[in-house]
Amino acid sequence: MTIAAVAGPPKVRRRWKQPSILPGFGLAMGWTLTYLGLLLVLPLAALILRPWELGLDGVWATLTEPRVLSALRLSFGAAAAAALANVPLGLLVAWTLTRYEFPGRRVLDAFVDLPFALPTAVAGIALTAIYAPTGTLGEPLAALGIRTAYNPIGVFIALVFIGLPFVVRTVQPVLEDMDAEVEEAALTLGATHLQRFWRVVLPGLAPALLSGFSLAFARAVGEYGSVIFIAGNMPLKSEIAPLLIVIKLEQYDYAGAAAVGLAMLVISFGALLAVNALQVFLARRGRA
Amino acid sequence: MSPAVRLPGLAPLFLALTVAVLGVLIVLPLGVVFQQALSQGLGAYLEPLKEPDALAAIRLTLLVAAISVPLNAVFGVAAAWAIAKFEFKGKSLLVTFIDLPFSMSPVVSGLVWVLLFGAQGWFGEWLREHDIKIIFATSGLVLATVLVTLPFVARELIPLMQDQGSDEEAAALTLGAGGWTTFWRVTLPNIRWALLYGVLLCNARAMGEFGAVSVVSGSVRGLTTTLPLHVEVLYNDYEFVGAFAAASILAGLGLVTLVLKTILEWRHSGELSARRRH
Amino acid sequence: MNFRPVDDTDRAAGQALALDIRGVSKAFGRFPALSDVSLQARDKEFLALLGPSGSGKTTLLRVLAGLEKPDAGEVRFGGEDFLALPVRKRRVGMVFQHYALFRHMTVAQNIAFGLTVRKGSERPPKAEIAERVRQLLSLVQLEGLEKRYPSQLSGGQRQRVALARALAIEPRLLLLDEPFGALDAQVRRELRRWLRELHERTGVTTVFVTHDQEEALDLADRVAILKDGQLVQLGTPNEVYEHPANPFVFDFLGAACRMAGVVAGERLRIGSWETAAPAGAPQGAVEVFFRPDEVAFAPADGPGLLAEVRAVAARGPDVRIECQVQGQLLELQTHGSILPPGVTAGQPVRIQPLRPQVYSA
Repeated sequence: MTIAAVAGPPKVRRRWKQPSILPGFGLAMGWTLTYLGLLLVLPLAALILRPWELGLDGVWATLTEPRVLSALRLSFGAAAAAALANVPLGLLVAWTLTRYEFPGRRVLDAFVDLPFALPTAVAGIALTAIYAPTGTLGEPLAALGIRTAYNPIGVFIALVFIGLPFVVRTVQPVLEDMDAEVEEAALTLGATHLQRFWRVVLPGLAPALLSGFSLAFARAVGEYGSVIFIAGNMPLKSEIAPLLIVIKLEQYDYAGAAAVGLAMLVISFGALLAVNALQVFLARRGRA
Repeated sequence: MSPAVRLPGLAPLFLALTVAVLGVLIVLPLGVVFQQALSQGLGAYLEPLKEPDALAAIRLTLLVAAISVPLNAVFGVAAAWAIAKFEFKGKSLLVTFIDLPFSMSPVVSGLVWVLLFGAQGWFGEWLREHDIKIIFATSGLVLATVLVTLPFVARELIPLMQDQGSDEEAAALTLGAGGWTTFWRVTLPNIRWALLYGVLLCNARAMGEFGAVSVVSGSVRGLTTTLPLHVEVLYNDYEFVGAFAAASILAGLGLVTLVLKTILEWRHSGELSARRRH
Repeated sequence: MNFRPVDDTDRAAGQALALDIRGVSKAFGRFPALSDVSLQARDKEFLALLGPSGSGKTTLLRVLAGLEKPDAGEVRFGGEDFLALPVRKRRVGMVFQHYALFRHMTVAQNIAFGLTVRKGSERPPKAEIAERVRQLLSLVQLEGLEKRYPSQLSGGQRQRVALARALAIEPRLLLLDEPFGALDAQVRRELRRWLRELHERTGVTTVFVTHDQEEALDLADRVAILKDGQLVQLGTPNEVYEHPANPFVFDFLGAACRMAGVVAGERLRIGSWETAAPAGAPQGAVEVFFRPDEVAFAPADGPGLLAEVRAVAARGPDVRIECQVQGQLLELQTHGSILPPGVTAGQPVRIQPLRPQVYSA
């Protein structure tokens, strides 16, 4: 009797929870579920249910509007391209930070997290200042005929900035833990350095790279603040999907906005699930 | 430092490339903020910051963070306690849920509140009748910020507390301690640095949040603009120096966060969740 | 398996019964960790729970501590219904396998913890707590380490702090979960001796769990052997070693050689060799167990079982003698480096198991 009181209020007959002698489960779980229910489940329910006001056709029509389609293509496309670019970049940075000693290494290492700590709007205006035709890098590049702001390229650059820490931070611990002996064995067996990297190290890093990619991608897809200033925001050309949601809200088209938002959520999830499945597949192969 | 085999000749190349990448991509934007803010001299830098609208924005940012961060901290502790110290079905589903806001676009995190409390939201009518404003008011900002930063503290605590197990708590119980005593004297000291770390990141995001609050705030200058929104307002009005001046405060916040974060990682790495240890 | 409860065989009548466990069962999902276990411990006794992993010994210990709730059964301590008490109220001192010291508290704070969490009137004054901590530190021979943190101590030191912490609350029952498991052999031996002395001095009823039979036999007043959640034998170390209740116990407590035999009347026959059957041996086909070092060797024309020596190897303090007997390969032993006469590889010899145990086949 007393033990049950200590373990928490009686649960559903079906024993979904193992009895425990630590107290506080009821309180902690109750608070957690209430909090999540009010702040996450309820809002998500609104997001999931609202689009259907328009009916199935209405939702489809909204999502296939040329403007919406182009925005979704830009958001997902630029995110994928940026995350992809971040893979070699992130690998380079992680590699250098892990395998070499040099003065200032720790400082450089700390700076990797800056995009994570910097408010997105600040990054947004700073990046625009750099890559605009009048900017530090924008000017010389424009002279070469490359426009890096107010177009999808600008979006791409901003998303690379955002995503870099994700790849670096997922790869670093794996690199650090890598067994040096395996690489040494490869060399004693006659492999060149390139072969060692390509056939021994890289496969070991593949899951981490994939993971970093998917994190960078997920973050980039929904990114707003860093991108909105450099994007140009021209309909059908350089408009990102989140902006479209804002526009539809301003027009009081709640259902339309919800439809775009829901579409973004669903596609992101699909992508993440696909990456997860790929990771599982790779992991299984690695074990065999 | 990995003792793995290194390529002797390539070191300087890798180094140069890395510095170039990090320099251009990451350090340059930071520098630009301050350069632009101070481009017209110190006076022109300080002026816009003394404007009542700017001050109101700073106050609002602090207020919103002061409410959101403790709320999410308490939530994080409660969730981590339930998840790490007990066995029950559906745990991984719960953890996935908690992580959800992390994969949501901030605009969507703001959108959902408009869908609930906006003029045409589910509760829109009811709010209008009772003359309560959530969207375009501070409470809307808080809700949006809380949603965006929901997972931050929980993510730091859950893996750590799972790693730490429940042996010490069980020992405390056999020695006669009650539930709260055990939590305060045994659990909390073991998680205090991870908690601080989570609060630090949560706060940085809360103060710097842009997309979500942009959707719910209506951006009325001086009333419902947080500092990031104020930056946007100034920028869109072509008041560039003012915008960068305000941005420099936020950049300073980002730097402070980075420094504190790094200190925590260097000094207390053993007490942060495993993936934070470098 | 029937065993006799303490009361019936208690020669020192009048020794109080401290711990009374009756019919305790506990299952985790479909896995039966404990099945109808009953045993008693006398006051001040040092009882060992011995068994392989999965035998339920740790589960039983945790039931006693209150960290697990049994599905069935009763536990009484000093007449009181133990199971009705929550963990905090049982006054049971527990030493965990991995010590579970509070890593953020000093040694002194760890030891004092049980006293500082007491409420109001029950809580001793600060000076008294400090004095108690000092006494305990000297009891466990760790004076001077008050301000150290667990991470600054060796494994053996942490173990002793854990013990001091458990003793600080003046427990009526002390539970030790594989206390020396994580320590190296030398430290283990020293701590064993020290624990035994500590027990003599404090006189607290102690139950300790181990999978190391040498440890159990060395330390305990009585040993309870568990297998697959059931109590298999309970007795003094001598009793269980000399008279193991079944082949499992025999094998668990030491090296075993095993042969087939037949008991007819009072004679035991193995192959062509006959000897007196041990008292109470079952009739008919039996399994004969004996220790590899309890064997007499005789020349090929002497008494005993015919065996062919296959290999002889000196290994440290013992000599291993591999013999082919009755179609079986047995590894026998002699202590000391002197070989019995006539034992060389390739030669026939005669062997006689000196104290065979016999179980029905």
